Amino acid sequence: MTVRVGGGQGFYGDTPAAVGGLLDAGVDYLCLEALAELTLAILQKDRQRDETRGYTRDLPLYLDAALPALADGRTKVITNAGGINPTAATHAAIEVARANGVPGLKVATVLGDDLMTRLDEIRSRGATLEHLDSGAGFDEFPGDTLFAAAYLGARPIVEALALGADIVITGRVADAALFLAPLVYEHGWAWDDWDRLAAGTLVGHLLECSGQVAGGNFSGEWWTIPEPWNLPYPIAEVDPDGTAVITKPPGSGGRVDVDTVRHQLLYEVHNPAAYMAPDVVADFTSATLTDLGDDRVRVTDVSGQPATTTYKALLAHRAGWAGEARVAFSWPDALAKAQATAAIFAKRVELAGHVVDEWCVEYWGVDALGGPTVPTTDHEPPEVVARIAWRCADQTTAGLVARELVPLSLSAPPAGFTGMGRGGGRPTELLGIWPTLVDKAFVDSHVTVTVEIV
Amino acid sequence: MTRLALRELCGYRAGDKGDIANVAIFADDDATYELIGREVTAERVRAHFGSMVKGDVQRYEAPNVLALNFVMHRALGGGGPRSLRADALGKTLGGALVRLEIDVPDELVRRRPRPDVAWATGMLDRLR
Repeated sequence: MTVRVGGGQGFYGDTPAAVGGLLDAGVDYLCLEALAELTLAILQKDRQRDETRGYTRDLPLYLDAALPALADGRTKVITNAGGINPTAATHAAIEVARANGVPGLKVATVLGDDLMTRLDEIRSRGATLEHLDSGAGFDEFPGDTLFAAAYLGARPIVEALALGADIVITGRVADAALFLAPLVYEHGWAWDDWDRLAAGTLVGHLLECSGQVAGGNFSGEWWTIPEPWNLPYPIAEVDPDGTAVITKPPGSGGRVDVDTVRHQLLYEVHNPAAYMAPDVVADFTSATLTDLGDDRVRVTDVSGQPATTTYKALLAHRAGWAGEARVAFSWPDALAKAQATAAIFAKRVELAGHVVDEWCVEYWGVDALGGPTVPTTDHEPPEVVARIAWRCADQTTAGLVARELVPLSLSAPPAGFTGMGRGGGRPTELLGIWPTLVDKAFVDSHVTVTVEIV
Repeated sequence: MTRLALRELCGYRAGDKGDIANVAIFADDDATYELIGREVTAERVRAHFGSMVKGDVQRYEAPNVLALNFVMHRALGGGGPRSLRADALGKTLGGALVRLEIDVPDELVRRRPRPDVAWATGMLDRLR
């Protein structure tokens, strides 16, 4: 039996428009990946304002699209849209089902990833929570914790499916695990069948960024991708032995070939021979990709190693306030004018006594994106936008810094004008991310799966 | 031998995890993969990015997809939600990497096709 899983969402803010194509193509599971590292921070701010928030607010739009297929049992939905408040997301899902007149659906909620209230407890039990990249000890954690969540694996989702769930809503479950779970459940893979778990994880990794495996963000001949305004989302057809075919709905735009698939294989990957997932350490370098034509790529031979005893977890802390301004300059001497204006601005801020902890000055049209990789040249750019960003300890100071720019419209080098892009008017809060590892035993004991019936 | 930018030889994709950026580059054939394996070392990539990358650069190989993957630490101004950079997620670092020039034996010299976006300019003309 082949199981068909579809990747219906790649991030919070993605469009539900492509979901219809997946459902028409007949996916057994629609997996919606809603959480980037940044997303939990956004959701945390949401929940601070309103206790009933903290999940990705576009979930009802996706469920609206999926409800007909859910109602007649053609498909099930698995999503980490619960963010930092999966219980509230489940309530929202139940409301959508009721409003659409679809009674009897089972909605499962997975909890236990949230470590926010448990940090003292797990530290007292021996968790060190060192910074995963820098090795810094937790005593160097700057200030209060804003959120703390472990990346759970596929197990609680499999448990929910075994309880008959039609919709499974989780918090911080690892992206690829959303896709691995239905494969484990349907194919009955064992939790120590490392090669199968690795194959399922790789499938999830390829599908979790929606259009990015089907011609989105593609560095090859991107201009030849069919109907790029209507990029399809991907489907994987997965056999019991772990063999998968990556494809897209028939008749849709986009492209799936070995080149688009291999680009996605290494997206946000560190060591491709040891991709650290919650349920397995997958060797992405073992995979064989075969072009079958007609937008079908077969993935075989994936191998895996036993999972580690830890989950990755992400903590966040406040990191000051940022302001930003953009000033455009015309030829002649656009770059020199931009440099001078940035320097004059910084000097005025200093004279005004505002403390700036960090400056970032970028010259758009010159080297804002490429930095030192851009060769120096005598060529004079026809225009330059100076983008100046700054970080201050507090919101008030970040706002006062911005005001020092305003007088420069009449008192700076010639022919600059401010306000490019209408952005950056008000300071925004910055958040620092603290990745760490936490023993699975501390987390698993608190993971719960509950099922409610609409 | 000809001096060529990697853009003529390789595809690329960049991503982020916290303050770590990764850029993978993809060769189209075994000989080019061997070439970039020799030429594009972690040290050269570290030097290419200069002050943009403040930490170590590690290189991993994925011969099954003819790719090299460069993992660049402290490369994103503190990571997405903390960074002051416009490209806080490092999405454009792939393009920055393939600006790197290497010596290419004549038999491997080629030029990747340049975009033809007549369909786009035609669509835009209709908006006027």
